[in-house]
Amino acid sequence: MKPASFSYLLPKTVPEAVKMIAEHSGDARFIAGGQSLVPMMNFRLARPSVLIDLNRIPDLSYIKDRGDYIAVGAMTRERMIENSDIVRDMCPLVHDATLNIAHLPIRSRGTIGGSISNADPAAEYPATMLALDAFMVAKSERGEREIGAADFFDGVLSTSLEADEILTEVRIPKAPANSGSAFIEISRRQGDYALAGIAAQVTLDDDENIIGIQLAACGVGPGPVRLNQVEDGVRGTTLTAEILSNAKEAATAAVDPEGDVHATAAYRRKLTGVMTERALRKAVLRAVGKK
Amino acid sequence: MVTVNGEQISGSAEPRTLLTDFLRDELRLTGTHVGCEHGVCGACTVIIDGFATRSCLMFAVQADGSEIQTIEGLASAEGEMHPLQKLFAKHRALQCGFCTPGMLMTAIDLVQSSKKLSEEDIRIGMSAALCRCTGYEGIVNAVSEYAEQLQDEEASNVG
Ligand SMILES: Cc1cc2nc3c(=O)[nH]c(=O)nc-3n(C[C@H](O)[C@H](O)[C@H](O)COP(=O)(O)OP(=O)(O)OC[C@H]3O[C@@H](n4cnc5c(N)ncnc54)[C@H](O)[C@@H]3O)c2cc1C
Ligand code: FES
Ligand code: FES
Repeated sequence: MKPASFSYLLPKTVPEAVKMIAEHSGDARFIAGGQSLVPMMNFRLARPSVLIDLNRIPDLSYIKDRGDYIAVGAMTRERMIENSDIVRDMCPLVHDATLNIAHLPIRSRGTIGGSISNADPAAEYPATMLALDAFMVAKSERGEREIGAADFFDGVLSTSLEADEILTEVRIPKAPANSGSAFIEISRRQGDYALAGIAAQVTLDDDENIIGIQLAACGVGPGPVRLNQVEDGVRGTTLTAEILSNAKEAATAAVDPEGDVHATAAYRRKLTGVMTERALRKAVLRAVGKK
Repeated sequence: MVTVNGEQISGSAEPRTLLTDFLRDELRLTGTHVGCEHGVCGACTVIIDGFATRSCLMFAVQADGSEIQTIEGLASAEGEMHPLQKLFAKHRALQCGFCTPGMLMTAIDLVQSSKKLSEEDIRIGMSAALCRCTGYEGIVNAVSEYAEQLQDEEASNVG
């Protein structure tokens, strides 16, 4: 199918984009990479009357080292993130997550800002940002605010962005020393959305005790799910077979997924446990390997 | 204004015209195929400013100023096939040919943007496009040999 008609606006700066969305608030949509929005428009599940194209705002595409965190501009393409040394060295979980997103031609165009604003429950970036306690920066004519990931994602395809706000930047805390991470998922075909996936980062002390753990799941809830209880069971331990098996069980119990045409609820729940086990094991191995 | 296969072209399109439809209907470059129109099948893949991209998920107006390569631009002006096209023939990497333009554009970006590719990498990379006929073996073999060719070339350029 083909999209319905719309009028097309092409801002060159963030202030221009902010002004446009304020003027047309309600029936206007931003378009970033278009890799989620255009399919919806082609099926006429979305019919915005005004489309504000962010692709010609050079100021929104960057990856910067800012000391404690790296700052990624909303229009930074998934492919640029995948190829970034800064991201691979300082936020390796984000690198790992990116490789699990869709296929190369989709990542050529898809953006971090689009993925996070879209907040698909099965998407990799929302779960990764939740695990890493990232911050989202939103702008409107009313000003700028910083929103923590835990307050940002609030339900299926829903965020705390207001209708007149644009997401401009994602601030991702750098991985601590002696940490390791892994993003592990299962999908029907490489590149498809995850049936269940786990973002994990662990930090070890000199005796290989786990002193920090950050764990979130995708594909198994209305949005990304932080696995607090599982974290509590692992923090302060070394990853013995018993701890690992308890973590697997706790993760299985922590989520309440819905079944759909791709997988039943029970299967997704089971996968959450299995992915947790695999991600934890790999994250710890990577942390040990770095020492 | 866009550059398509090296030629500068100007045209006009309604904002909602997909790049695929502009290429096919306006420019009559019908080698770019339309399958699913939601990014899943890969039949519409073209190379834009060096990156393989779904032309069904872009509006033609968004390509203004870009350089687009389509399947029609692969063979030389004299009609000599591109090395990857020859390898697709050699390895019987196509049957009906519907997926082939998208497969070729995907593979060219995949191989040219990676330093070294294992067979596993090629299978993962080529999972970006669907084929209903071949069972993929021929495609993977053709792309593998193309990757080796480029590596040999690079090695002999260095040496
Ligand atoms: C075949 C296929 C497979 C895919 N598989 C995966 C997958 O496995 N995992 C995954 O995570 N994704 C997957 N995707 C989606 C892909 O990663 C998208 O690129 C991404 O979800 C959306 O990013 P985008 O830049 O394309 O955003 P768009 O599609 O342009 O926008 C998405 C939404 O976000 C809004 N928006 C965009 N930018 C901003 C902003 N700066 N401020 C406020 N609102 C904004 C838009 O208005 C729109 O509502 C897949 C897509 C396809 C077509
Ligand atoms: S037609 Fe574009 S991906 Fe299928
Ligand atoms: S050759 Fe027929 S779809 Fe691939």
